[in-house]
Amino acid sequence: MALRLENLILQKGAFRLEANLTVPENSFTAVIGPSGAGKSTLFDAVAGFLPSASGNISWDGTPLFDLPPGKRPVAMLFQDNNLFPHLTIGQNVGLALTQKSRLSEEQRQAVERVLIRVGLEEMANRKPSQLSGGQISRAALARLLLQDKCLWLLDEPFSALGPALKSEMLKLVREVAEEKNATVLMITHDPQDARAVAPLSLLVAENSAAGPFKTDELLNNPPLALAEYLGH
Amino acid sequence: MASRPVAIIAGGLVTALVAVPLAAVFYRAGGGSSLGAAEWSALRFTVWQAFLSALLSCLLAIPAARALSRRRFPGRDVLVTILGAPFILPVIVAILGLLAVFGREGMISQLLMTFGLPRLSIYGLHGIFLAHVFFNLPLATRLILQGWSEVPAERFRLAAQLGLSSRALYQIIEWPMLRKTVPGAFLVIFVICLSSFAVALTLGGGPKATTVELAIYQAFRFDFDLGKAATLALLQLVLVGTASLVLLRLIGPMSSDVGQCRVLQRWDGQSIPAKSIDSAVIVLIALFLLLPILSVFMRGAMGLADLPLSVWTAAGHSIQVALASTALCIAFALPLASARQGQTVALLGFALSPLVLGTGLFLILQPYTNPFEWALPVTCVVNALMSLPFAVRAIAPALEQAEADYGRTADMLNLTGWSRWRWLYLPRIRRPLGFAAGLAAALSMGDLGVIILFADPERATLPLQMYRLMGAYQMDAAGGTALLLLMLSLGAFWLFDKGGRYGSST
Repeated sequence: MALRLENLILQKGAFRLEANLTVPENSFTAVIGPSGAGKSTLFDAVAGFLPSASGNISWDGTPLFDLPPGKRPVAMLFQDNNLFPHLTIGQNVGLALTQKSRLSEEQRQAVERVLIRVGLEEMANRKPSQLSGGQISRAALARLLLQDKCLWLLDEPFSALGPALKSEMLKLVREVAEEKNATVLMITHDPQDARAVAPLSLLVAENSAAGPFKTDELLNNPPLALAEYLGH
Repeated sequence: MASRPVAIIAGGLVTALVAVPLAAVFYRAGGGSSLGAAEWSALRFTVWQAFLSALLSCLLAIPAARALSRRRFPGRDVLVTILGAPFILPVIVAILGLLAVFGREGMISQLLMTFGLPRLSIYGLHGIFLAHVFFNLPLATRLILQGWSEVPAERFRLAAQLGLSSRALYQIIEWPMLRKTVPGAFLVIFVICLSSFAVALTLGGGPKATTVELAIYQAFRFDFDLGKAATLALLQLVLVGTASLVLLRLIGPMSSDVGQCRVLQRWDGQSIPAKSIDSAVIVLIALFLLLPILSVFMRGAMGLADLPLSVWTAAGHSIQVALASTALCIAFALPLASARQGQTVALLGFALSPLVLGTGLFLILQPYTNPFEWALPVTCVVNALMSLPFAVRAIAPALEQAEADYGRTADMLNLTGWSRWRWLYLPRIRRPLGFAAGLAAALSMGDLGVIILFADPERATLPLQMYRLMGAYQMDAAGGTALLLLMLSLGAFWLFDKGGRYGSST
């Protein structure tokens, strides 16, 4: 159950990104690199928002390229707009289980359990606008937990949080990912975040994605492009 | 966004509904006939009155918008809201109101007579003109007012710090804004006035004041000259079509929520002449808009008590037609708004002439059935098509915004087809959807157009019944009917618009 990118070439206008790598299952991998190097482009391709120009993306040996985003074993959290503002937290989370208007009793209990797990019991009937930034992140994470997908892509969903809240969220993500045996890829701009939660890292720079490397080794002896970005 | 097949079916249906009747007119006419002097004169008159109406509306709207943009006074927000009313006001009701103020028996004539001056008459070109300005001055004012409120507040602060004279302020801030807004407003009004029918029918007529739309009606109803009707229909299509195309390149999406157009804090215009001019402009525009509407209320209240039964029957017809037409319009608008090509198709409604469409549908139905029995369904379809461009232009931006903001999250949840509408689009477009439905209902309720082709004593809508009462000089009954129609139109708009706002979050 690993994510394999084989001779993958992504093209977006004049921009081009190559990748040939394998992310092991149940790993927590940071994706680091200068701005505009193509970290989000890589995620878009894995999630199914961007067709690849050539090469293969496969999960557990199954090629993903002809599956629409919703049918891939992939769940992605974006920087914002992860929750529908017109729905309650309970409804937002419940969408992971059913698209029907009413949840079954069993589903309702599952939503309740997962909200308790992320510390949002009491919040099921509130709208996102009534929640704090940290609570919104927790609600999005709760839905991720119910979605039953094995590969989580986190595109800096916690970047708007303060440092304390952010590290608290990262710890929570790591815990629940381990409980669910999920494989996590996380884009980050903060080397400390990577060191804290991600034993492995991918480096996206100079038109290619490479790795995975051991995070500490990569950050201690960064290649030139990364060193410039980190300001070493 | 929406599943393509649905959008394609809706687009195909709308195109067919527009094209087939047109083809029917040509087929039955055996081609068009050549243009005679009367047709040329109708064409000239149509363009000329539309040009003058648009010009005058814009010229008057500039000082009005300027005064509203920089003065605070009690009732300002109400006045700005009322500026939106003429758009959904039934034409025939407004005309009754205008007659009550400016007509031979109207308030101003009475006033003039006490001074021994001659009465006014508003039949002919200047009547058409007056009615068009009544409808479109508020529209122009709102459009220009919006332009003013989009000028960043910092510019006025900067101007105040630099101590710019009002002349310099005009050159640096106001003129560039007007140059951007006014041509759009002018063209919108020009296009609207090109298809003027009900106004020309009631206030114009005669060789000197006949629009192309009115000429189509006359060719069809009085002469049953299909060749002439077909030629005029083509003329109208080319005329309005060309103007609409130019217009579409110029204007952006129609906003459903012009809001109150916040008052700008400005430091100029504090001199006494500037203040008095602004006050005078505001008072005049308020009177011009409110007096006719108020007189409909005052006169109508008397007639409302004993309306003939025929009026209530017609009201029942109108409510049914309006509701069905609204449903049809929205059913077309939703799939069309979600596809770029669909948005273009919906704009056919701008370019089409209701009378051409009505004539065509009449000819299609005639071999098989008595077309007069189809008066109400035909009216319903034509009204839906006419409201379609407004509905699509109101809904499309919200739909695109919902997709841009939440489309990927919806993709991640595998929300497709109906589920995507149910969970994402419909909740996100509630407000513009309610607005569009309100517009469609009010426009259909007050429409006096295609129904008049199919006029038959048993199947009248309320505007047609009112037109007949006016024609029979039953002015009390006509007044009561006008009030009823006014309340139904505004009520329908209010209900739908409120429904869209109710419980809609962010």
